[in-house]
Amino acid sequence: MAVIAKDGYIDLVRDRVENFHGNQLVYVGWDDHLLFSAAQAFPLPPEMPFQTLVSEVMASVFNDHPDFQKIDWERAEWVLDGESFSPAMEASLKENGIGHKSLIRFKTPGLKGINGLRL
Amino acid sequence: MSDKKNTVFLILQDNDDARPIIESVEQDNPEATIQYQPGMVRMEAAGRLVVNRETVEENLGREWDVQELHLNLISLAGNVDEDDEKFELAWN
Amino acid sequence: MPAKKLNLRKRYGLLTRGMGWETTHQKMDDVFPYDSFEGIKITDWDKWEDPFRLTMDAYWKFQAEKEKKLYAVIDSFAQNNGQTNLADASYLSAIKLFITGVTPIEYAAHRGFAHLGRHFRGDGARIACQMQAIDELRHQQTQVHTISHYNKHFNGLHDPFHQFDRVWYLSVPKSFSEDALSSGPFEFITSISFAFEYVLTNLLFVPFMSGAAYNGDMATVTFGFSAQSDESRHMTLGLEIIKFMLEQHEDNLPIVQRWMDKHFWRAYRLLALVAAMQDYMLTNSPMSWKEAWDVYFVENGGALFEDLSRYGLKMPKYHELATAEADHISHQIWSVFCSLGNATGFHTFLPTEEKMAWLSEKYPDTFDQYYRPRFEYWHQQQKDGTFEFQKGLPQLCQVCQIPMVFTEVQTDPMQISYRVTEHGGDKYHFCSDGCKDIFEHEPEKYVQAWLPVHQIYQGNCGGPTLPEVLEWYKFTPEDIGNYIGSQDHARWQEWTGEDKEVKQA
Repeated sequence: MAVIAKDGYIDLVRDRVENFHGNQLVYVGWDDHLLFSAAQAFPLPPEMPFQTLVSEVMASVFNDHPDFQKIDWERAEWVLDGESFSPAMEASLKENGIGHKSLIRFKTPGLKGINGLRL
Repeated sequence: MSDKKNTVFLILQDNDDARPIIESVEQDNPEATIQYQPGMVRMEAAGRLVVNRETVEENLGREWDVQELHLNLISLAGNVDEDDEKFELAWN
Repeated sequence: MPAKKLNLRKRYGLLTRGMGWETTHQKMDDVFPYDSFEGIKITDWDKWEDPFRLTMDAYWKFQAEKEKKLYAVIDSFAQNNGQTNLADASYLSAIKLFITGVTPIEYAAHRGFAHLGRHFRGDGARIACQMQAIDELRHQQTQVHTISHYNKHFNGLHDPFHQFDRVWYLSVPKSFSEDALSSGPFEFITSISFAFEYVLTNLLFVPFMSGAAYNGDMATVTFGFSAQSDESRHMTLGLEIIKFMLEQHEDNLPIVQRWMDKHFWRAYRLLALVAAMQDYMLTNSPMSWKEAWDVYFVENGGALFEDLSRYGLKMPKYHELATAEADHISHQIWSVFCSLGNATGFHTFLPTEEKMAWLSEKYPDTFDQYYRPRFEYWHQQQKDGTFEFQKGLPQLCQVCQIPMVFTEVQTDPMQISYRVTEHGGDKYHFCSDGCKDIFEHEPEKYVQAWLPVHQIYQGNCGGPTLPEVLEWYKFTPEDIGNYIGSQDHARWQEWTGEDKEVKQA
């Protein structure tokens, strides 16, 4: 349904991928670790290898949590845009099907946050 | 619809101007409850609450315009009916 | 002998209906071009009546008296160094959030009502909107005047209007008011006068202002209650306009219901900031957010909607969820502020032992289980000197623009609530079904949302680093970060000779 507003809205999509200077937005949320109150937003080149996302980008934020160093990445469970998936670590974000404004969630079995309280 | 009457309320600033109005509410609405909270007084009743000009004037000892109520009003709940004689709040 | 005064009803009739006319040189539809495109059908504008029957002459008289009372208090507060009587200077974080987040909305409301005061076809409604436009301007001005006294002594109060247009958490109130301002006049008044003012502002102005009194802030309680006396009139106008639309034509019901659903949810999400002010930023809270919600929404809102049910209007969609969330949102919002306190224009501080005991008592089903552990953990880190603000920027909801911190409170309160939809080949993320529904009804409106995190990444906010962005916000290094160790804290200690810690009871 069209907008019902005082003046006609121009066709403006403010967050189209072209506006991010070659990057795309990617959100990453760590389930059961609510010390991070929300998923994190990152502007990343689509060619970035998934491994770099994990060891550099995600680490830059999540490494402040004592669980991060203990993660066994072989056992990590990934959800991309609502579907479970198995990332190819050496492949790029794009090759892994990660698009502009995709949400990646991950669970780390055995690690349930501070005192096991999902924090 | 049940017979239960929903609560209407009138909240005034807790100051000297409001005191004769609060007294009038107590006199004219015997079932109303009055709660004092920091800086304010909340008067509530089931279904209906009225402020009568005549009662306020008796308590105040001078003429009182019902619209003077606005000066110390903080909040209210209920449909408002105001004229020269009274200020009334009610749920239908 | 003076002429006998006309009674209120007659005076109201003469000073409203008597002030308008049917235009002949120009068509009425050309003179009032905005009041029909939303689909609201009005057959008889004369049926609209202000229950207060307030006329302009009475308005000026009573408003002038209110102003005199208010400015007497403000002057006395300033002359007597009223700021030294606060319960604790950490309390001022709430006032900083108020002047940057609420005061600019008052100004936006002024603009909106000035527009309605010109463009509603009915003269009674037009005059009521003109008065409200002046009220809103008065609120903005009195808030600036009052709080300017604190600006002489404390940081973070210097550029509220500049910050309102830029800062990440202030895009929440900004987008709320611009959503209403850009809609048609009937939707605007439903949003502001009814959903916000009638259904929800009691939560902001009554318990929060009572809380200001409780914490020794005589200046704020005075402007707050002075503004609220106008709000009572606005609330009544809001209720009246809803009843008027519903009585005028049965086709109006589905439109009004949809606006009600939308703007209840938008206003409610905005009030999540107030929930944090109420429970965490007030040094001493006379009433918890949950208690205020129960009294002013569940009970009072319930009575209101029962009254309106005779027109077929139902309680706003997702109100049950809002009530379930009342046990959670203040803790969730304060958590995210505490973890991002290096980017807030007010100081953050962890709840003290006493405050946490109060929170446990007020939130027996949730605080100890879900929220106390994170505050205790951060307390321990601060003690050990290992506490760090979070790096990185949070994902935001496309509609309410709040970081995506809300959780599935009805099924799993430790699971973030994620919602998503696609439009024009792009994904859009939401914190709730309420925000998602709003988007899906008018996607063209919300694809334009100016989301602060995305704007930073697009390079539109001063630069890529945090100091550059903060400078662009006009946050000074003294404005941000922990209260303990801040200039505000040091000044407070100088005055009081004590209070090494945050003082809360």
